[in-house]
Amino acid sequence: MQKIGVFVCHCGTNIAGTVDVKAVAEALSHEPGVVFAADYPYMCSESGQNLIKDAIREHGLTGVVICSCSPRMHETTFRKAAASAGLNSYMVEIANIREQCSWIHKDMKTATEKAVILGRAAIAKVALNTPLTASETPVTKRALVIGGGIAGIQTALDIADAGFEVDIVEKEPTIGGKMAQIDKTFPTLDCAACILTPKMVDCAQNEKIHIYAYSEVESVKGFVGNFTVGIKKKARYVDETKCTGCGLCTEKCPMKKTPNLFNLGLDTRSAIYIPFAQAVPKVATIDADYCNMLKNGRCGVCSKVCTAGAIDYHQQDEHIEEKYGAIVVATGFNPIKLDNFDEYAYAQSPDVVTSLELERLMNAAGPNGGTLLRPSDKTHPHTIVFVQCVGSRDTSGCGKPYCSKICCMYTAKHAMLIRDKYPDTEVYVFYIDVRTPGKNFDEFYRRAVEEYGVHYIKGMVGKVMPQKNGKLLVRASDLLAGEQLKIEADMVVLAAAIEPDKTARSLATMLTASMDTNDFFTEAHPKLRPVESPTAGIFLSGVCQGPKDIPETVAQASAAAAKVIGLLVKDKLKSNPCIAHANETLCNGCSSCERVCPYGAITYVDKEFRMPDRTTKIRRVASVNAAVCQGCGACTVACPSGAMDLSGFSNQQIMAEVDAICR
Amino acid sequence: MQEAMKKRAKELLASGEVTRVIGWKKNEFDYDITPAVFESAEEIDRDFRYDDFCGPNLSKFTFKNQKNDTKTLVFLKPCDTYSMTQLITEHRVNRDALYLIGIPCFGKIDIEKIRADGTDGILSIASEGADVTVKTLYGDKTYVKADVMAERCLACKSKYHTIYDELMGEEGEVMETGRFNEVEKLEAMTPDERFGFWRGELSRCIRCNACRNACPACTCESCVFDNPDTGISQKAAADSFEENMFHIIRAFHVAGRCTDCGECSRVCPQHIPLHLLNRKFIRDIDKLYGEYQAGEEVGQRSPLVNFTTDDAEPDIVRKGGK
Repeated sequence: MQKIGVFVCHCGTNIAGTVDVKAVAEALSHEPGVVFAADYPYMCSESGQNLIKDAIREHGLTGVVICSCSPRMHETTFRKAAASAGLNSYMVEIANIREQCSWIHKDMKTATEKAVILGRAAIAKVALNTPLTASETPVTKRALVIGGGIAGIQTALDIADAGFEVDIVEKEPTIGGKMAQIDKTFPTLDCAACILTPKMVDCAQNEKIHIYAYSEVESVKGFVGNFTVGIKKKARYVDETKCTGCGLCTEKCPMKKTPNLFNLGLDTRSAIYIPFAQAVPKVATIDADYCNMLKNGRCGVCSKVCTAGAIDYHQQDEHIEEKYGAIVVATGFNPIKLDNFDEYAYAQSPDVVTSLELERLMNAAGPNGGTLLRPSDKTHPHTIVFVQCVGSRDTSGCGKPYCSKICCMYTAKHAMLIRDKYPDTEVYVFYIDVRTPGKNFDEFYRRAVEEYGVHYIKGMVGKVMPQKNGKLLVRASDLLAGEQLKIEADMVVLAAAIEPDKTARSLATMLTASMDTNDFFTEAHPKLRPVESPTAGIFLSGVCQGPKDIPETVAQASAAAAKVIGLLVKDKLKSNPCIAHANETLCNGCSSCERVCPYGAITYVDKEFRMPDRTTKIRRVASVNAAVCQGCGACTVACPSGAMDLSGFSNQQIMAEVDAICR
Repeated sequence: MQEAMKKRAKELLASGEVTRVIGWKKNEFDYDITPAVFESAEEIDRDFRYDDFCGPNLSKFTFKNQKNDTKTLVFLKPCDTYSMTQLITEHRVNRDALYLIGIPCFGKIDIEKIRADGTDGILSIASEGADVTVKTLYGDKTYVKADVMAERCLACKSKYHTIYDELMGEEGEVMETGRFNEVEKLEAMTPDERFGFWRGELSRCIRCNACRNACPACTCESCVFDNPDTGISQKAAADSFEENMFHIIRAFHVAGRCTDCGECSRVCPQHIPLHLLNRKFIRDIDKLYGEYQAGEEVGQRSPLVNFTTDDAEPDIVRKGGK
């Protein structure tokens, strides 16, 4: 029989406000096996922990139940406390009477009853606990960064700087991401390319960094410290090792009518292309959808002009497998599609553009060489209307419920740049609120209003109507003046909401990293562990975790790198001893467990068994690789005969908990 | 067909290709057929039967009577091949020790349907084409076969053989005979009606374990109901509902592996429509994860032990389990 101690925490008033903690301790003291029960205001405090340690020594406790907050919060704390008093860490069970009880109940009576039941279940479980010992697993000292935007680049540079190998997997032909498409950056107005491209070059030249450009993650296996990742290198039809990036092929390619995706389709390029001048790696790529040679075998010009002999029309997708200790997700964002916002006439008029398209229109490397011209007739626009929150803070279901965070600032930047360069152009900005928290952000916005005379109007645009004269009639309301406005504009710029890249969802599934309803990756704790995913060994960098601007992204990228370095610097990790094992006499060898195991920890062996009638029989039975098993328990539920069991969460323990709850 | 099967079985025995034959034999009555192992031509000549009463699924019998060191010939009806394929997928039988012959099936007769007509004192029964002739102590009776066919055969899912080394007769096809109609009737009930229906049906259970013993999916080395560590074995039921749980647990255990062969209902001495529990699971799996038939091919993965990124995420909390 176990000697169990029960410790009920008040958590100040967090628990004691709705749960009668003294009554809980009293009720649980009568449970079978319980020899000591006490309550204390803060069990996690030093004196609270001492209370536990003293009780273990004094009463010779063999099991401890702590009725407190979620085990995610303090399980480790209490396990350590128990271990320091000489009790095996795994003889400690937590009954979560805060998140699962006091916080969700208002009535003291029902909350107290429930707290007793939760405590009872934990006692029933700990009565069947057995001491477990953690083993150690080695750490692969190499990190993977998924996404080569500014977030991924910064994370990779910082990890490499600490002396660890880093691979960047980027799905586009070049790293750089969205920042490479941006013209100037707020609030300092320095040129994005000027500050980004040196970092891209650093990545390319750093011998610790390997860039898999034009590649995608196909599969992820393993666990913290020991991931095995399948990477697909998509066929570029150009040998990366031979191409010098001279660009002759792109000049000679006859397929000049290929939409230029880097300029968001605002102009065209050739079918073989280098996305932009500073691309890293600076290697040409053939767009298979437009290349005549790949489509119908007629052309071959690029191959003829290439002096390096780098063109290879028969190149195939390459599949690579690499091992990593840590994975950083930096998959970034895209502006939303504007299909749900017909009122802004985005699909009807080329002069209605998104803010990212405006970046390209104003960029020196953009379609107009840096002169802002209307896309429709290439004339100079005299009136420009900016619409804020297109799809952001939208609870109607057409857009996104969240604030995209960056639009207020980049719109102020656009307005200011336009007024600076073209003082004869009137600029109107329609907004719900102007949000400028951030260092030097409000000063920046005020400059736009006060020094540059941008017309900020609180109110939303109701409709944009293309006119016969080529202008756009903007109908809007001015909420402060209480009047309806009609503005004849030459261009309308929509601050489209941003959303996580579509590839993130399937990636999250591969990584078993959780996401919120908007497909942003969830952090392990919003305040205390903001760059870690709840899945050990998976870290988050940049907008994939939530909307943020460049300064914040870079800060988070470095934070993620610090976490990765903290992991990779370890030679061994303590592994979880709560792992599965097969009872061979019960095992059918049916492979159900092998099929559900996400870690590939189960194999089968043919073993000889003595049968009751003294004959021997060779049977196929499951065998668990303890170093690979992560204790998820999928096998124990899939097993039809109950041969698979999980240490620390055995079928018997779970049943005992259920029985205790239903008693 | 019976004579052709006997001839072929004897040939294979004589050639040494196989040393054992698994088929059916007659007991005291024409309609009382059991699976059997035959080891000689004489035994085959004397006892081997194949007619419209050979309902038992030989796959489970093969599992129980398998021998690894010698080759066994097994005759399989279309629905038996699904069970056999599933057993091979689960590594429960050794394919290399089996020689499988697919045989046609035109639906089996349910003797209970004949008895239900008040027919008693049966001396012999013969089924020829669409006619079933019954000789009794009190005179002869003739039935139309479709009227006395087993329910599971009226709702036959397939005349196609999913596995065989050799096929006798012509290959059939997968059929659509509305086998989920009864499930739909259950689904249309209110939760209270449905609970009442099952309590009523399951209250007749005498825990004879016939369903478990006949089920080709129930092949565990040690059944959870026989394992004292599970806490559910052989204990006296606290109430009548706990007794009912046997069937619910069993249905969960075979979910995704049940081929819908209908043996559970066929062997139930209390005539409980147990197959409906399994069919409901099959229906739910079809709806949630796309059409899936267990035992269609060797090595296939049941949706319940498979994972794809576009899997349904059924929300049982919000929708109240509907």
